[in-house]
Amino acid sequence: MAALINLTIDGRAVRVPPQTLVIDAAKTVGIEIPAFCYYEGLSLAAACRMCLVEVEKMPKLQTACTLPVAEGMVVRTGTPTVAQARKSMLELLLTNRYGAGESRYSEEKVHTPEKQFSPVVFFDAPRCILCFRCVRVCNEGLGVGALGVVNRGVVSEIAPNAGDHLECDECGACIDICPVGALTSGTYRYQTRPWEMTHTGTICTHCGDGCKTTLGTRNDQIIRGNNRDRSGINGEFLCIKGRYAFDFYDHPERLQSPLLRVNGKLEEVSWATALAAVAQKFTRTLADGGGFGVIGSNHTTNEENFYLQKFAREVLKTNHIDHHRTGDIVTLLDALSGKTSKLATVSDLYERKAILVLGADLALEHPMLSYQIRANYRHHQAHVYVVTAQAVREDKYAVASVRGRDYESLHDKLKAEPELVILFDDTYQGDDLRKLVDFAESLAIPVKFICLLDYANSRGALDMGLTPELLPGYVPSGQPGMHAAEMIAASLDVLWVVGANPLRPNLSRDREGAVPRKAGFLVVQDMFLTETARQADVVLPAASAYEKNGTVTNTSGEVQRLTRAIHTMGAKPDLEIMGFLAREMGAASALGPWIPETVFAEIRRTVRGYEIPMPVMATGGAVQTAPVNGRIPVEHRPALVQSDHNGLFASGTLGRYSKVLNSVLENPLSR
Amino acid sequence: MLFNEPSPLETRVLTRRFGLPNSASIDTYLATEGYQAFLKAAKMTPEEIIAEVKASNLRGRGGAGFPTGMKWGFVPRNSPKPKYIVVNGDESEPGTCKDRVLIENDPHQLIEGVLIAGLSVDAHAGYIYIRGEYRYLIEVMEKALAEAYEKGWLGKNIQGTGFDFDLYAHTGAGAYECGEESALLESLEGKRGIPRIRPPFPAVAGAFQCPTILNNVETFCAVPAILRDGGAAFAALGIPKSGGTKMTCLTGHINKPGVYELRLGFPVKQMIEEVGGGIRNGKKLKAFIPGGSSCPVLTAAELEGATMDYDSMASRKTMLGSGGVIIMDEDTCMVKAAVRIMRFYAHESCGWCIPCREGTTWLKKILTRFHDGQGTRTDINLIGDIAKNMLGRTFCPLGDAAAMPTISIVEKFRHEFEDHLNGKPCPYEHSGSMVTV
Repeated sequence: MAALINLTIDGRAVRVPPQTLVIDAAKTVGIEIPAFCYYEGLSLAAACRMCLVEVEKMPKLQTACTLPVAEGMVVRTGTPTVAQARKSMLELLLTNRYGAGESRYSEEKVHTPEKQFSPVVFFDAPRCILCFRCVRVCNEGLGVGALGVVNRGVVSEIAPNAGDHLECDECGACIDICPVGALTSGTYRYQTRPWEMTHTGTICTHCGDGCKTTLGTRNDQIIRGNNRDRSGINGEFLCIKGRYAFDFYDHPERLQSPLLRVNGKLEEVSWATALAAVAQKFTRTLADGGGFGVIGSNHTTNEENFYLQKFAREVLKTNHIDHHRTGDIVTLLDALSGKTSKLATVSDLYERKAILVLGADLALEHPMLSYQIRANYRHHQAHVYVVTAQAVREDKYAVASVRGRDYESLHDKLKAEPELVILFDDTYQGDDLRKLVDFAESLAIPVKFICLLDYANSRGALDMGLTPELLPGYVPSGQPGMHAAEMIAASLDVLWVVGANPLRPNLSRDREGAVPRKAGFLVVQDMFLTETARQADVVLPAASAYEKNGTVTNTSGEVQRLTRAIHTMGAKPDLEIMGFLAREMGAASALGPWIPETVFAEIRRTVRGYEIPMPVMATGGAVQTAPVNGRIPVEHRPALVQSDHNGLFASGTLGRYSKVLNSVLENPLSR
Repeated sequence: MLFNEPSPLETRVLTRRFGLPNSASIDTYLATEGYQAFLKAAKMTPEEIIAEVKASNLRGRGGAGFPTGMKWGFVPRNSPKPKYIVVNGDESEPGTCKDRVLIENDPHQLIEGVLIAGLSVDAHAGYIYIRGEYRYLIEVMEKALAEAYEKGWLGKNIQGTGFDFDLYAHTGAGAYECGEESALLESLEGKRGIPRIRPPFPAVAGAFQCPTILNNVETFCAVPAILRDGGAAFAALGIPKSGGTKMTCLTGHINKPGVYELRLGFPVKQMIEEVGGGIRNGKKLKAFIPGGSSCPVLTAAELEGATMDYDSMASRKTMLGSGGVIIMDEDTCMVKAAVRIMRFYAHESCGWCIPCREGTTWLKKILTRFHDGQGTRTDINLIGDIAKNMLGRTFCPLGDAAAMPTISIVEKFRHEFEDHLNGKPCPYEHSGSMVTV
């Protein structure tokens, strides 16, 4: 590391690394230099001139946001000249903006009416101070470049480059970064004051990236999603789903009462009636030696998944348990055993020197990972390699882009890298994946992997043993059980579906049509009357991820905590529903309490890889699990692993019930 | 086209071919020692070329007056990146109209100057950035470029010297701001014309982030003469520290307005009386702008003993600037002059930084109102105050360019502002309202 630079700021000695900007150097000794346009990590603008400081031996005032420190530099931030300059900048700034009760400005103000840029982005020009943060974050941070500047001089205005509307990811980063509220959220604006809300940091329930979103709630309503505290693995990033698509929770079709099929029709009944009906059916089928099938979810928590498989295996005595698998983590873990390659975390994508993307269009399917890779390129000039079927956003700055699957053609270039992170999607599984791991080993450099998975707890569902062949912790079950497709095709006596929609025609985007049920009795726990729930005998209304506590594990195996933000009348967390069922069946003592913390304690005790330190979890951090250290002797069946490849504005069942996601769907995506 | 008859007092170096039949054609150029300086330079080392330019005391003719040889010396010749030569032909400073006559009447002189600059830093490509409003010059320039390619003075292995050079003409889109070198580069790269943070300067990271020599048209046009006749000979035309001649644009209330090539150090009084034929209608001089509207104005008294060169003007707290002389006679309303100047800058501010964006328009509005008879006594101080708040605090020199003339007018002609308050609107000239356009 280069020697530190010594300088003086307001008479205080400061020692910082070379190239540090004066504005940041001042922060290290607690001196705040005001600035509107400066934003760490984006290109420098020096547009607002608020950070002007006096520097000895320099005739003019200097902008602290562009001035790198120098040995012996003497900076003054609070002299009368500086104060006068700052005051004058503010005076000039307010001439054509809202504000300033008393002013020397008595001319007519430039005024333009408020505009709507997109379903979720509004712009009020008289508030805008033209700091260009929004333009920069869209261009540089996201690589989208949907915002620009029109006109010049005093009538300069932020505007969509497409003319009258944004053609973008609708991520709302421009709103988050706006220091003055000129850009506002279409869903949040004029709803409340920030201090009137309760803020709950939890994990977004849409894709598998595991972004932290802070939900602003009032009277059991979620009003806003954002990430102002930037404490999650996503840093300052949120996509449209994390920021806006919480709104499925109060969709008019949300189930708020249990439903029981009476004379062929689903009718609203009390929880007691519904639970009793299910418990009686379960108990009778058990007694009759009937067949059970259980299909779990990749949205529900680790605790719920663990409890469900325990329920299935210990109470229902069945190994017919499965869920929709979206990536071949099992083969990856098996192939890595005894090798030097490891699993990567999200922060590896920002820190490692080289990244190889295989198959996935990250910007659409894993926007946070895409953002991290891009930030790595921007800040550390990381080398990014892309091997995909179609053009992707990463192409723009990739060292090499290969169309198709021939990653081996990059062998020599990759071998020359000091280290590498490989991300791959569901098109790499089984033997293809083993070949990929061998390829990585052949590079003789440190390699880490991310197996891309679709949903908030896709990884957790596998870790918790929601498969017939594997128990929690990837321990082989040793008994053959039915897979999801087999359960649907079989005439089981009871099919119990928790948070999944297996009777939806595969990968079909339209809401019509469904696979007819074969099971004698179908119980569904869900938030909505899905294609599966419509055919059920009993439907139990489930709480969403924002209405419960627990933990989820993201695509890179990082475990994070869900914290309940609201209650929705009538719905119960799946764990609670399962607990009540167990109690009705008299099996509660065998399964233990249905308290998330207690179940998690059992997971930590019994599931390999989940012996994670509680303090980190308790304070809202993320811990990567190390699930396996050895072979997983199970047969790979390609048909079982299939990603939905949800884009930015789709997210399975949840996405279909989000007003916001539906409202932006007509906007074409830009790369 | 030429604006004026040449004056016998001119020192015609850059303009030596002006008035010749077909002066813009390559045949005329070659028949009058054209491209000989390039051939001479091609036999010299880069160090020798730069030394010759340094010896000429040539200073940037765009307005800043930075020593050209020194600027070229900053370019890291050993950089693995390609180097570029960029010609600033975005001549937009009010009162300035010299680059257009240089391009129109002798484009090959410019091409030759660029080629020599290319030799000096091992550059093999260049761009001539021509002001958007000078659209007709694009045709002139492209014709000259085509001729030069045809006759082997551009392209591969120029005249057997082994030196390759490609030169392109590029037009701006009508923004004064793009005359600022870093904004010009942004515009050249196809981006919005806003200035860059400097350092790094273009010599290190210019066009496409590569080392770049960026000079004014007139600066490059002086280079062939320097190489042909020697730097010392060129320097000797002017005075110490200000070598050579300066294209001087006489505009305003003068009998013979036009572009004249005068040796640096030429007495201002002689320039007005003899070159320009005196002030229009025998009136007296009230105000004098030496180098384009961004320079602080001088009063007649301040002009005593002044000469047209960098130091003489600097000692009077103004600038030689681009050589755009604006003469204002005793009938001029200085408030109106201030309005006119500020209207220009408010229109041309790029809008990037607060003080320039807001300050220019605020000043324009006050000055317009003031001139229209709606001023108040506090406005006078306010005008000076706003301009001072802008001065030295803007992102690029545009804000200073707007502030400096305004401050000087308020300070030196404060009585005229007061007269507006005391008497009728605009006691000097009844020219109607100056409501903004």
